[in-house]
Amino acid sequence: MRTPAFILILTAVAAALYFAFSYVGNDYLFFAGYTVLQYIVLATAWNILGGYCGYVNFGSAGFFAIGVYTTVFLYTVGQQIEDLVPEFMLAPMQLIFPLPLPVMIMVAGVVAGFIGLGMGYLTLRLRGVFFAIATLALTVVLETFIVNWSFVGGSRGAYVIPPNEVPIFGHFINFLFVLMLVLVILALTTARLIERSKLGVGFATIRDDELAAEASGVPTLRLKLVATVVSGALMGMAGAPFPFYIGYVEPASAFNLSYAVNSIAMPMIGGTTSWIGPLVGALLLGTLQQVATVTISSAVNLLIVGLLLIFFVIIAPRGIVGLVQDQLRKRSKT
Amino acid sequence: MTDAATMTEPLLHIEQLGKRFGGFIALDGVDLSVPKGQRLGLIGPNGSGKSTLVNCICGTLQNETGSVTFDGIKVDGMVAHQRTRQGLARSFQLPRPFRSMTVAENVRVPLLYTVNARSHPHLSESELDDRCMELLKLVTLDAKAAKYTTDLTQVEMRKLELARAMAAEPKLLIADESMAGLSHSEVEDIVALLIRMNERGVTIIMIEHIMRAVMTFSQRLVVLVSGKKIADGDPQDVIQNKEVVGAYLGQ
Repeated sequence: MRTPAFILILTAVAAALYFAFSYVGNDYLFFAGYTVLQYIVLATAWNILGGYCGYVNFGSAGFFAIGVYTTVFLYTVGQQIEDLVPEFMLAPMQLIFPLPLPVMIMVAGVVAGFIGLGMGYLTLRLRGVFFAIATLALTVVLETFIVNWSFVGGSRGAYVIPPNEVPIFGHFINFLFVLMLVLVILALTTARLIERSKLGVGFATIRDDELAAEASGVPTLRLKLVATVVSGALMGMAGAPFPFYIGYVEPASAFNLSYAVNSIAMPMIGGTTSWIGPLVGALLLGTLQQVATVTISSAVNLLIVGLLLIFFVIIAPRGIVGLVQDQLRKRSKT
Repeated sequence: MTDAATMTEPLLHIEQLGKRFGGFIALDGVDLSVPKGQRLGLIGPNGSGKSTLVNCICGTLQNETGSVTFDGIKVDGMVAHQRTRQGLARSFQLPRPFRSMTVAENVRVPLLYTVNARSHPHLSESELDDRCMELLKLVTLDAKAAKYTTDLTQVEMRKLELARAMAAEPKLLIADESMAGLSHSEVEDIVALLIRMNERGVTIIMIEHIMRAVMTFSQRLVVLVSGKKIADGDPQDVIQNKEVVGAYLGQ
């Protein structure tokens, strides 16, 4: 299938989902759906570095928070524009600020991409568990930085007030839901494009054997940097609408470990070798967590992730996609 | 390749190459010049620095002293993939296939990343497929093209290793113990294969412990002991050298 056709089908599915939710008319569906979609973007982004290249990034929460705090920063600038900008600059700046949310998302993508590049330069010479520890350390450094930066709220957090109504979509949550759907389409299309390109072949050689990859002429460091930038940018974009969704953010919620754990667990459970894996994993785990939050308690969410992860590592190390592929291969042989 | 002018210009020129690992001196000022088209055998007891030498030539490790000149270009400081693109290919002592790929896909990687990086216009999809099959025919793996590398036998794995190295269209191929653990007939198979590759104009350095193979293959023999070159010349003369015999049998 060609990429335009792929995007068209995704858009059709997204539109169908949106109208189905609107038809039911329960806002809760949009709130819960937003979280699941956010995890699809995070899991797909993680998989570009973690699944395709085999570098386990434990810093997803850090990149997510970069997106969150880019929005908080830009929002706060918009709120305090009169105090921040000298008189003669005020008129042109007021034309730009407050920034519309889609622009904030793009800025967040750029910022997170650059930080991904920086992290890549610092850590990509490390392998395996050392790389994972380094990315976790980066999250701690970022969190400390945010806690001590009072402009974006510091440790006491920041309020971001979403408008009640938006044109066309009505409720603001509908608008957020659609934005997240667009990000899902962007993430899945990017992942699929990479998978089918020369870049994807290069990533797979890095995952399989980095020495052999270099000996075959693959510029491994450069490719890994591409992966961290793309992966980081997508995670940042996933985090950017979050302050508007939640209304109040503080470092502990933006840097929550559950983002890191979920964005690793979802691709692992779904399967890491193709774009379908993180999608399936995020849909399954994300929905399960939402259901558990309503029926039992949100405290049970990480337990579910842990149990499922153990189950899959033992029973199906290549995830659901791998399991299905094995079944198909068996059937074609007999 | 037998042209006198090309024979005088060395393809690979190594001067005073040195490398330490902590207090252990792995390479102690090695000089080596390899003319184009030559089949060079490199032998030495375990731990004599053969693999370190290969790693320093190919950029997997960086040498600390001395220099490596390849095809008229100083390659010191270049990382491995840059040297591969210059025309320096190697196979690994223990086969390192890309396990998530088929045999044909393995061979395709250097075509995509090395040959296409050198040549414009790039190879088309069908040209890539043709090249893959041609290389797999050369090593008699064409029947296994669609198989995954986990389904290959030891000798087939070695052949794939060589085919993938050859796919980068190298000027110099370094075969690092391509025959360890293989049976008699398999060893003969690989030696014949390496000679075929040499006849295509590729200069080959072969590192090997199996003396029968070394003697059939080599036009020149170099012996490395404790990071030093102790003998270099005609294979028949070298193996009668007292120092070499001493190093192998113990004094």
